Amino acid sequence: MKNETLYKYILGIADNSLILGQRLGELTGHGPSLETDIACTNMSLDLFGQVRSYFQYAAKIAGDDRTEDTIAMLRKERDYVNVLLVEQPNRNFAYTMARQFLFDVYHLLFLQELQKSKDLTLAAIANKSIKEVRYHLRFSSDWVKRLGDGTTESHQKMQDAMDGLWTYTDELFHQTEADKAMVHEGIGVDVTALKETYYKKVNEILSEATLEIPESKYFQKGGKQGIHTEYMGYLLAELQYMQRAYPNMEW
Amino acid sequence: MTTIEQNIDTILIPILEKVSDPEIPVLSIMDMGVVRKAVIENNIVKVQITPTYSGCPAMDVIGDDIKAALKAAGYNSEIELILAPAWTTDWITPRGRKALEDYGIAAPLNAEADKSVLLEGKKMVKCPQCGSTNTRLVSQFGSTACKAQFQCDDCQEPFDYFKCLK
Repeated sequence: MKNETLYKYILGIADNSLILGQRLGELTGHGPSLETDIACTNMSLDLFGQVRSYFQYAAKIAGDDRTEDTIAMLRKERDYVNVLLVEQPNRNFAYTMARQFLFDVYHLLFLQELQKSKDLTLAAIANKSIKEVRYHLRFSSDWVKRLGDGTTESHQKMQDAMDGLWTYTDELFHQTEADKAMVHEGIGVDVTALKETYYKKVNEILSEATLEIPESKYFQKGGKQGIHTEYMGYLLAELQYMQRAYPNMEW
Repeated sequence: MTTIEQNIDTILIPILEKVSDPEIPVLSIMDMGVVRKAVIENNIVKVQITPTYSGCPAMDVIGDDIKAALKAAGYNSEIELILAPAWTTDWITPRGRKALEDYGIAAPLNAEADKSVLLEGKKMVKCPQCGSTNTRLVSQFGSTACKAQFQCDDCQEPFDYFKCLK
């Protein structure tokens, strides 16, 4: 492959959207209400749409028999490089929205920077996606506030969700080797530079939602190196089922 | 309006105007603003279309429909999906906005008004049934990615609002 680093870099971006999209898609027909069900699946569709653009580009760079489908469906667990945050299960609606919110804040900041990439395809995808992600962030922030500043029970559930997921937030700002190389070339985004703004924005919404800012002495990591939590295998089993059972199906 | 980047041979316009959005059949893809280029080069029509939303499942169908419409008119074509410049609701033509309203979908407001109806519950979206602005947001996401759900508090009809995308 001519540009293995760029290929890896694209997967690092796209896998987050793919796995989060899959998690949201699990709620199809299972959302707590019709409106929230439709919202989650709409966001899932946006993310999958973005993933298609990334993987089509990645397949072009690979230049072999890989396609958007094989990249999405036929890798082994260790080859997926999404952050641990996005693979965490839905548990309850507070968890789903907390996970969404913690990712959306990052996603928006990331895409703002990716729009400036020297790689014009990545810049175009970012420019397209950011409009959709703004809606996602509005929706998830709204629910963090509604549940946090709602009843005693909804407050407790949202607080538990934030406490449970907080340990996965730091990984968003870890740089991989591909990250470093791409930042150097003016293609990639320096995620370390987003950290301060991220926590500032997250803390603002949490305060508005009357939630305690969680404290974590230790942060989980590993997703970016393909070392996942125990939930990932089950998620992939479902994601890959069709492609493994009926090889060569297309999206 | 960023329609300057559009490059469409006049002769092809009537053909393309007959192709409609499969999710909103009253709206031609031309009025939708998704066709960015259609030029005849060496007897082949080179078409560029741009998606409304990244995950819009209608795009593949639109591509096939354009191919079929051009074929019926005697042209072979190549369809290319482009992402930049990104589609915006500003590209929907006045005729397209009217077609949406007639079909029962409220047309997008400007970005600022859009924000205040979706976030602050302002009553600004006009009910496509009775024309009242006494309407409220039911859900930020509707039957497709591009729409939000509203209900009119005067005539009680639920309806879709085409969200502003900029």
